[in-house]
Amino acid sequence: MSNMINIYLYGKKYEVPSSLTIMGAMEYAGYQLVRGVGCRCGFCGACATIYRIKGDTELKTCLACQTQVQDNMYIATLPFFPLVKKPYDIEKVKPTEQIMMQLYPEIYACVGCNACTKACTQGLNVMQYIAYAQRGEYEKCAEESFDCVMCGVCSSRCPAGITHPQVGLLARRLTGKYLAPETEHLKNRVDEILRGDCEAALKDIMSKSVDELKDMYNNRDFEK
Amino acid sequence: MYTAEMLESIKKVEATRDARLAKVMAGENPRRMTAEEKDAVLAAFHPDHIKSQFAELQIGPNKGEKVPLELAEILQANSRIKPSEIDLSRTDIETDVLIIGGGGAGSAAAIMADENGAKVTIVTKLRHGDANTMMAEGGIQAADKPNDSPAQHYLDVMGGGHFKNVPELVYKLVHDGPECIQWLNNLGVMFDKEEDGTMVTTHGGGTSRKRMHAAKDYSGAEIMRVLRDEVQNRNIPVVDFTAAIELIKDEKGRATGAVLMNMETKEILIARAKTVIIATGGAGRMHYQGFPTSNHYGATADGLVLAYRAGAPLLYAYTLQYHPTGVAYPSQIFGALVTEKVRSIGAQLINSEGEAFMNPLETRDVSAASIIRECKERGKGVATPDGGFGIWLDSPMIEKLHGEGTIEKRIPAMMRMYLKYGIDMRKQPILIYPTLHYQNGGIKIGANGMSDVENLFVAGEAVGGIHGENRLMGNSLLDIIVFGRNAGINAAKAAKEIDKLGKPTLKHVKDFAAEQKAAGIKTDKQSPILLPRYTHGNPRFEAK
Repeated sequence: MSNMINIYLYGKKYEVPSSLTIMGAMEYAGYQLVRGVGCRCGFCGACATIYRIKGDTELKTCLACQTQVQDNMYIATLPFFPLVKKPYDIEKVKPTEQIMMQLYPEIYACVGCNACTKACTQGLNVMQYIAYAQRGEYEKCAEESFDCVMCGVCSSRCPAGITHPQVGLLARRLTGKYLAPETEHLKNRVDEILRGDCEAALKDIMSKSVDELKDMYNNRDFEK
Repeated sequence: MYTAEMLESIKKVEATRDARLAKVMAGENPRRMTAEEKDAVLAAFHPDHIKSQFAELQIGPNKGEKVPLELAEILQANSRIKPSEIDLSRTDIETDVLIIGGGGAGSAAAIMADENGAKVTIVTKLRHGDANTMMAEGGIQAADKPNDSPAQHYLDVMGGGHFKNVPELVYKLVHDGPECIQWLNNLGVMFDKEEDGTMVTTHGGGTSRKRMHAAKDYSGAEIMRVLRDEVQNRNIPVVDFTAAIELIKDEKGRATGAVLMNMETKEILIARAKTVIIATGGAGRMHYQGFPTSNHYGATADGLVLAYRAGAPLLYAYTLQYHPTGVAYPSQIFGALVTEKVRSIGAQLINSEGEAFMNPLETRDVSAASIIRECKERGKGVATPDGGFGIWLDSPMIEKLHGEGTIEKRIPAMMRMYLKYGIDMRKQPILIYPTLHYQNGGIKIGANGMSDVENLFVAGEAVGGIHGENRLMGNSLLDIIVFGRNAGINAAKAAKEIDKLGKPTLKHVKDFAAEQKAAGIKTDKQSPILLPRYTHGNPRFEAK
């Protein structure tokens, strides 16, 4: 099995198995977590964490559920960071440069330090997607920011006070609603359903006995 | 990163890969099982069929029915409160529609209840968006392609669920599906599309048409963050880190609020409402039969406990879904989900000898049972250092079938998860084993979303009956939207019928305790348990 190593949770030393994630190591140490824990699979961004290996100057960031402990790791979690969220009406906004200027003008104060990109727990090019947002290139911003889990670490490192995750989210919603091509087959099917065109076939299949349904199911054709 | 034994087995997988690829390109995968073969493997190997793992309920609306041991324990456990110590005369939160749970179903319900003019409040025991929805990777089904129809979708759902599904709920699911995709699209969810707007859709296990819509392998996360943003834009109050620990009923037996507990300070709060929606999600963190889980930290069947104590019957609470492909190795991500999409886009299931022993897209229950058989009966699993087994999911096939870069483009989250542990799934196969994934059963509802307790609505994974005894991939993201919206609309409507709140009571909690005593049940367990406790083998905490 794995050997034991020393880690420091909020400065206090604990001995834990080296095979554990940071989150697992905190639980091994006896913490019953309420904050800083969520999906435990790297999707929800609840467990943003800052650490430094003793003797290193570099401060590192990660998700506690996705990162294995190392010897002499000094760990502080960041279960909450005050991000700025500006409300808007998705039906009324338009995918023009004005909307970013209006809601998140601080993005134009970006000093280009790239601390956000360096800190990103998902390895995203955060500064680049902010640059796209500044230029109103929302599809590119959406694509570049797509894997964001909104953990907020980027914002915690930003000297300009930018709330990067919200900027990316706004760009993605604008893209999804206004810039992505419309889906004709979806519109057609919804129209058919609302007209009641699908009703007869549904009523028919609902009237079948279980044996009839089984027969239909076992002999149905599969799209290749 | 892999052990020497694993690397030996990988050589066998690689040795058969080209021949297997040639067959797949010629349209040949291992054949699907016959109905009889499926029944046989399920009966012998599916965890739902292991009789010793179930107990008969002695009290409550489902008395006499069997449920998993762990669920029986919490359904029949003690309340976290003493009703006599709760001051119901005070009100800390007053609202028209109280929504318990801030995941996909709760958020969809909140938006639609708000849209329909109700005052809405969401309470959630962790953060808004902390839910299984956030972790759904593969996609969302809906019959919106020309070669597909709601009736075809209906047939797949019923067959996948072994024809136990409640027909009216399946009708609602497939009928409202396309509209829900349109609703999400109009809210700004970025679905994968071709340049002409055609949805990129794939198969899931047990689907006869390619109707799986996706947003890369962040499908649920994309939906959840958009819904959460929309709830925020609408200024709907969200009380986070606050769990519901009992429902409150009025003198007529209608749901009219909940007793809440602050998860950090343990302060008790009273919420009063005209109608209540339970959207508390699943139960993976109950770790039925000792399985690991792909579920969120908060998935502890809270809603089932609250509803059961309030007198609402459950439906099919004995059936759980074990997702065929959970991570078997490395141990740090043991039990985490490997999306079915990995198989949808071409990876086969391969045993330790390099054999493709089954069709990769059987339904989830059949796939899981077949994988367990391959390891336990046939001895063709790959051993892991923790004493478990796994089967290979031959992910490098994907790049060979669809070109280099496909994995990064279509399943980036999977690639990232494995790369953190030095495994490049583009080059090496990944080791999987079934993981506890979904609560097929749950609280019984009607087509309007209401349980048997008046004004108590339920949506999402806490509902039972929609998926029968086995859910198909992509029908859960669909169900949280269809039935979340439905519950929101109907709960808002029902709230309008009530002028004045009734007299609050916790009599049902007292009655349940009396029933427990009469049945001779002695337990010091309190429920809902709210969160699991993990100590990872630390001897100081493991000893009892």
